[in-house]
Amino acid sequence: MLYREAGQFKTSYGADQAIFPILQDKLGMLVILALAVVVVPLLASTYMLNSILIPFLVFSMAAIGLNLLTGYCGQLSLGTGGFMACGAFFAYKLTTAFPELHIILVFLLSGLGTAMVGILFGIPSLRIKGFYLAVATLAAQFFLVWMFNKFDWWTNYSASGVISAPPREVLPGIFVTGTESEPVTKYYFLLGFVAVLALIAKNLVRSRIGRAWMAIRDMDIAAEIIGIRPLWTKLSAFAISSFYIGIAGALWAFVYTGSVEALAFEINRSFQVLFMIIIGGLGSILGSFLGAAFIVLLPILLNAGMLALDPTISSALVSHIEFMIFGALIVFFLIVEPHGLARLWALAKEKLRLWPFPY
Amino acid sequence: MRSKFMALAVAGITAAATAGTALAADEQYVPMLVYKSGAYAPNGIPIAHGWEDYLKMINARDGGVNGVQMTWAECDTAYNNDRGVECYERLKQPTAAGVQPLSTGITYALIERATADEIPIFSSGYGRTSAAYGPVFPYVFSAPLTYWSGADVMVQYIADQEGGSLEGKKIALVYHDSAYGKEPIATLERLAEEEGFTLHLLPVAHPGLEQKATWLQIGRQIRPDWTLMWGWGVMNSTAIKEAAAVGYPMDRFIGIWWSGSEPDVLPAGAQANGYKSLGFHAPGSNYKALQDVLEHVYGGDEGAAKLRGWGDVLYNRGIFSMAMQVEAIRTAQGIHGEKTLTGAQVRDGWETLDLNDAKLSSLGFEGFTKPVQITCEDHEGGGQAFVQQWDGNAWNIISDWYMPRRDALREAYKADALAYAAEKGITPRDCS
Amino acid sequence: MGALPVRTIGIWMLAVPIAILAIGLAFKGMAAANPQFFFTWPYFIEVLIAGLLQGVMYSLVALGFVLIFKASGIFNFAQGSMVLFAALTIVGFIEMGTHWTIAFFITAGIMVLLAISVERIVLRPLVNQPHIILFMATIGIFFFLDGFAQTIWGSDVKVLDIGIPKTPITVMENANPSDPNDPWQYGILINQYDLIAAAIGAVLVAVLAVFFQYTRTGRALRAVADDHQAALSVGIPLKTIWAIVWSVAGIVALVAGIVWGGKAGVQFSLALIALKALPVLILGGFTSIPGAIVGGLIIGAGEQLAEVFLGPLFGGAIQDWFAYMLALFVLLFRPQGLFGERIIERV
Repeated sequence: MLYREAGQFKTSYGADQAIFPILQDKLGMLVILALAVVVVPLLASTYMLNSILIPFLVFSMAAIGLNLLTGYCGQLSLGTGGFMACGAFFAYKLTTAFPELHIILVFLLSGLGTAMVGILFGIPSLRIKGFYLAVATLAAQFFLVWMFNKFDWWTNYSASGVISAPPREVLPGIFVTGTESEPVTKYYFLLGFVAVLALIAKNLVRSRIGRAWMAIRDMDIAAEIIGIRPLWTKLSAFAISSFYIGIAGALWAFVYTGSVEALAFEINRSFQVLFMIIIGGLGSILGSFLGAAFIVLLPILLNAGMLALDPTISSALVSHIEFMIFGALIVFFLIVEPHGLARLWALAKEKLRLWPFPY
Repeated sequence: MRSKFMALAVAGITAAATAGTALAADEQYVPMLVYKSGAYAPNGIPIAHGWEDYLKMINARDGGVNGVQMTWAECDTAYNNDRGVECYERLKQPTAAGVQPLSTGITYALIERATADEIPIFSSGYGRTSAAYGPVFPYVFSAPLTYWSGADVMVQYIADQEGGSLEGKKIALVYHDSAYGKEPIATLERLAEEEGFTLHLLPVAHPGLEQKATWLQIGRQIRPDWTLMWGWGVMNSTAIKEAAAVGYPMDRFIGIWWSGSEPDVLPAGAQANGYKSLGFHAPGSNYKALQDVLEHVYGGDEGAAKLRGWGDVLYNRGIFSMAMQVEAIRTAQGIHGEKTLTGAQVRDGWETLDLNDAKLSSLGFEGFTKPVQITCEDHEGGGQAFVQQWDGNAWNIISDWYMPRRDALREAYKADALAYAAEKGITPRDCS
Repeated sequence: MGALPVRTIGIWMLAVPIAILAIGLAFKGMAAANPQFFFTWPYFIEVLIAGLLQGVMYSLVALGFVLIFKASGIFNFAQGSMVLFAALTIVGFIEMGTHWTIAFFITAGIMVLLAISVERIVLRPLVNQPHIILFMATIGIFFFLDGFAQTIWGSDVKVLDIGIPKTPITVMENANPSDPNDPWQYGILINQYDLIAAAIGAVLVAVLAVFFQYTRTGRALRAVADDHQAALSVGIPLKTIWAIVWSVAGIVALVAGIVWGGKAGVQFSLALIALKALPVLILGGFTSIPGAIVGGLIIGAGEQLAEVFLGPLFGGAIQDWFAYMLALFVLLFRPQGLFGERIIERV
């Protein structure tokens, strides 16, 4: 009833190719943005901001990055943690070496640096495919984390190998990193950053390069025959994906935790992001957000829920049961909808178009 | 969709928050970051039990601290840094007396947050070593010893065993390749230069199940006179087994205090006999505080208490570190004259905490540990350590108490802390 | 796992000693050029043997992956937690006072039950889904089993003593007593536990080989591995076969759990040894049982040699990534692993 595109006619190619061709989608998006900008900071407690919204936004960025590579280009990667570490340590070295460099520039540059690393580790993808590639990307994961852990040049010779974000301001007087930064400013900063980059990603996958990725994903030999260069296409996917993941790593270290050691980016981080895109939906930008929300919230909700039901329950049992439910829910979701939450949303929209009439 | 999730989250979290921490008038709340799951759970569980039992005992025996009942809430970090941060954010309250992160990595992640929130961090025998320098780290306390002090004590002990001189000796350090394991390296390198021994560094990757190559190097190639270890969790027992597998003499193998507890040696069986480690508090249950726990928490049921680790090294560590925290609260109550204190008020208690011999024995810790006195400048408190040895059944103290040579150490703390302050743009407090 | 051609075996028998000799000489050269390195032939051989034995232990875990991948094309990440679950279960029964042989059979029964329920609950509804979805489902199982095993048996470190002596043995000691600096003075040290564990692994592989080669079920398994559709059309019950494969993988996990648990103690970290089996898998090829064995030997020996002789160059702890880099390097030349089936692609 409410969600119907009847009567909305497209009069130009531009209108037909809009990201949100339907008025309701546009409005919905604006409402969500308005909620995110106005309502959420008003309602959210510091805990919500610090432990849910900020990591959610950071993970969304990482999930978009991995989704570009795995969801759109079909190259399964388990090296996300390693690339996030790259972003974090590049940003640290840059901002401590050039303190006057603007923090946004630092993040973008560290993303670029990670893209270079991504290309390097993407080269084997030209020969290796499927699970062989997935395991091969673990080489990147283990090597990169080891490198940042081992060579104390990366941490400016800190005795323990921990880096902590120096205070940096995004506008004069408004700090987004370091102790003086308010959670709300961090939230707005991240929201803006992620929104812009997500928009770019959305447009990227609708462009020529995105179509080339999808052709490679669906069948690389066929794609090669119709004139798509696998070398260029695969490496560009690795580069752009790593760019996003690198920025996510830098944001993780600088804006979310404020201090990290290389071990924070170990293999579990890679799996976590992979979960996000699979639960959220492979090949969907919206899915990256949904998956990130799901994976960030689920453990916290399970944990808090169990404590709310029975405050005396032992925290060990809570953790173990949380593991079990987490695993079971993942299996459950995969069985119910292997294409992820984004697909569920699409189905819901289909239903909405007809609602409340059966046809 | 997104906002729906958030609404759900709000509901869940507020429910949890109100359920866990409803504050009555005379209560003091202690958030507890524990790990009872994950790879390091066997070591985390007894410490958490020690904390909990000590608070229960204080509530039952004394009716709380000066009549203020202690309350607490637990959150399981799984020894994972970002889970630790989430737990901290979940449990923190303006009236939180202080938090013990129980992990060097989590301590690092919390230092800035807790400082901003004015909640004291108590990292007893772990954490950021240079945080012992109070002027730069007003909210971090690392009594009674830091890792650098531990390294110094180890070298002193070895020098004593070797007849005074370490000239030309070889010492190997096997360490967990993380923030925790890297802490002692700088101090050991300095001492190697001063005392003329050569230091060999052998990192072990997390979680430490793979040490064959490490021990082949130690046992068959380097053949060091002494081997030191900074290990945690499964790494400790694996190291002991692999050391035995290459025939390395156990009595020349010394672990830090986190590598010297029952879960570390029991899995290795008889191979672990003779293995040594540092300690800053006595093992065993023959102390009045522990007997009080037995009486007031377990009603004298020794079997039940032992199941929870009562009298084990790590359980006793939990007891001792919680006792220090409780005494800081008690001291702060004296300063501020209020019942329920904020974190900032408890911090004032920490900075004037004086656990001298008389005080320790009145708390039931006579002979259990050495005096600790914390000041504005010195957040380490001048604790001492000894060497203990595993005989197959129990840990036995086999050396005198050693006082770390703190003059040089304090200089190093200060230098490192000031470098941190410069990087962060912090102006150190004036402590004079 | 068809019989290997004689020529291939011949090439390997020639190439392997030459390769080992070449690596040894390279290390010797490095030691001669830079006194920071340490090299003697007995030490080299000792590290090599230790690595090979370690490699067999990796193979034991990798074997479970191969079995499942071969029969169903599923990359079963839960193999690691199956190892942990099996080890915890058998220790739990032994601690209850059951004799270890009985505990073994009870646990084997439980692993079969587990395998059947995984097939029923998880795999059957996911038939025909892309591989990555099945892979994620096994990660879900991984989490579930981890939590489940700890909920039941707790997180303490448990001791599993199966009576294998752990004292090291030294061979060829003091071959030349007249020379005090003779590199052979300390002999070659071999870990008895690893030796026996490797023997257990060898027996297990032999049993599996016979099972696959000569039994009716084994032939059906190979048929399924070759072509699901063709196997179905000649009347092989695919679902039964899958349950059998998962059961066999469960029992392999049990053996691996006993061997690893006896070595390292039974606790949570056991699940992480799955990560050590992955480079073995890609090196040997996902579909080949001999590949898992040879891959294990190469990875085990390679990473130990690298850690001991090259590690000091980079500050140590390189063995984790070295194993993966070694596997990656091989993949660049053989994208399907050493023994994997050649990937034929059609448009």
